[in-house]
Amino acid sequence: MNLFEFLLDPASWTGPSGIPARLLQHLLYSGAAVLLAALVAIPLGVVIGHTRRGDAVASGLSNAARAIPTLGLLVLVVTLLGTGAAPVVGALAVLAVPPVLINTVAGFRQADQEAVHAGRALGMTPWQLVRQVELPLATPLIVSGVRSASLQVIATATVAALAAAGGLGRFVVDGQRLGPEGYPQMLAGAVLVALLAIVVDLLLGGLSWQLERRRRHIRREERGDLDALRAGELAEQAAARPDTADRAGDADRPADAATVEVPAGETPDTGPRPGHR
Amino acid sequence: MDLDWIGRNLSEGEDILGLLGLHLVLALTPVLCALVLSVPVGYLVHRTRAGAAPLLALFGIVYSVPSLALFVAIPVVIGTQILDPLNIVVALTVYTLALLVRSVVDGFRSVPVDARQAAESMGMGPVRRVLTVELPLAMPVVFAGLRVATVSNIALVSVGAVIGSGALGQLFDLGLRQAFYTPIIVGIVLIVALALLFDGVILMLQRVLLPWYRKAAA
Repeated sequence: MNLFEFLLDPASWTGPSGIPARLLQHLLYSGAAVLLAALVAIPLGVVIGHTRRGDAVASGLSNAARAIPTLGLLVLVVTLLGTGAAPVVGALAVLAVPPVLINTVAGFRQADQEAVHAGRALGMTPWQLVRQVELPLATPLIVSGVRSASLQVIATATVAALAAAGGLGRFVVDGQRLGPEGYPQMLAGAVLVALLAIVVDLLLGGLSWQLERRRRHIRREERGDLDALRAGELAEQAAARPDTADRAGDADRPADAATVEVPAGETPDTGPRPGHR
Repeated sequence: MDLDWIGRNLSEGEDILGLLGLHLVLALTPVLCALVLSVPVGYLVHRTRAGAAPLLALFGIVYSVPSLALFVAIPVVIGTQILDPLNIVVALTVYTLALLVRSVVDGFRSVPVDARQAAESMGMGPVRRVLTVELPLAMPVVFAGLRVATVSNIALVSVGAVIGSGALGQLFDLGLRQAFYTPIIVGIVLIVALALLFDGVILMLQRVLLPWYRKAAA
C-alpha cells in the first residue's frame, strides 16, 4: 500500500479514526487554543502597548518562548494533568500567547504617533484613544501575530498525538507503531497537516495583506489631502507675498529626488502617487 | 523531581550527555549548511528584483509546514530510512534555509544606496563591491535571522522524538511512557539552556566578526 492507496481507501475516510474526524479534532484543538490565547494575549498586549509598561518583559518573553521545546511542555502537562483534550488545549494555548502578545505590543508601538498625539489633543479619553486610534492601527500586526500563533499551534497539535490525543498527528504516531507497513499512513498524516498549515497560513496572510492594504489606502488618501492643503496654503502665501513666490515650488519638489538612484524593490516616497495598488 | 535518576543516567550510561551531544549535532549542522547556502541563494533572489516577492512567499510557505510533517516526508525525497537522524538534519536545513534566505534578502535591501554608489565611484567591480561592501553591511540582518534559526532549531530537534530520533527529545518520550516527569524537566531545562547558550555565542560571534555593526549602533 502506498500513500495514494491509503488516501483513496474508503476506510481511511470513515469512522472515528478516519481523515474527516481527525481533521475536525485538529481544527477544534487548534481553534480553541488560539481563541483562548487571543482572549488572554490581546487585552494584555493592549494594556502593555498603551501604557508602555512591561515592554521589556514582553520582548524577553518572546525570546524565551522560542527556546521552549513545544513537545516537552506538552508532554509535561499531560504527565502532570493526564491525557485528554483539556490539558492539550491548555498547553497549546500557553504556546500561542507569546506571538499574539508580542505582535499586539509591537502594533501599538508602531502606531503612527502623530495620530495618537492628535487624538490626545482632541481630548480623547484613554479608552477612546485605544479603541478608535491605536487598535485600528495595530490590527494588521495583531492579525499577523494570530497567524504565527496558529501555525505554531497546528504544528504542535500534530505532536499532541504522542500524548494519546487526537488530530492528524495520530496518523503519524499510529503509523509509526505499525512499523514499515505504517509508513503510507504516516506520510498521509504529514501531507494532510502540511496542507492544513499552508491553507491556514495563506488565509490569514491574505487577511493581513487586505488589512494592511486598506490601512495604506486610507493613509495615502489622508496624506494626499494634507499635501494638497499645504500646497494650496503655500500658493496662497506666495500670491500674497510675491517675494516668496519661488519657495512655493518647494511643496512639490521631486526635482532632485528623481536623480537619486532607486533602491531595488522600492520607489522613492516623493509624495502621493495616483492610483492605489 | 528524582535527582537520583539524573545522577544514575549521567554516570553509568552517559545517556544524558550522549543525547546532549547528538542534540547539538542535529541542531547546529543544519544551521551551518543553511548559512553557506543562503548567502548565494539570497543574493540571487535579491537580484531578481520583481521575482523576489513571489520567491520569498514560496519560502514562507515552506516555513509554514509543520516540522513533524517535514521529518516524515523527507525519507521519500532522499530515500533514507524513517529512523535515520539524517532526516532531521535535512528537514531542519530546509527550514533554516527558508528563514535565512529572507534575512539575506532583507540584509541586502538594507544596504544604504550611498555605500553602494561610493563603492561604484571608487571603481569597484560588481564582484568586489558585493563581497567587500554589500555583504558585510548585510550581515547584521543575517545574524539576526541566524539567532532565530539556531534557537528554534535547538527546540525543534526534540520533535523528532515522535518518530524515534529526537536526541534530548527522547527524554520526553521516556517520561511520557513511564509517567515520570523528571526526564521531561531535565530535557526542557537542557534544551532551553542550550538555546540560550548558543544565542549568546552567536551574539558574541557577531560582536567579534562584525565590529562595524556595534560602532554603527553606538
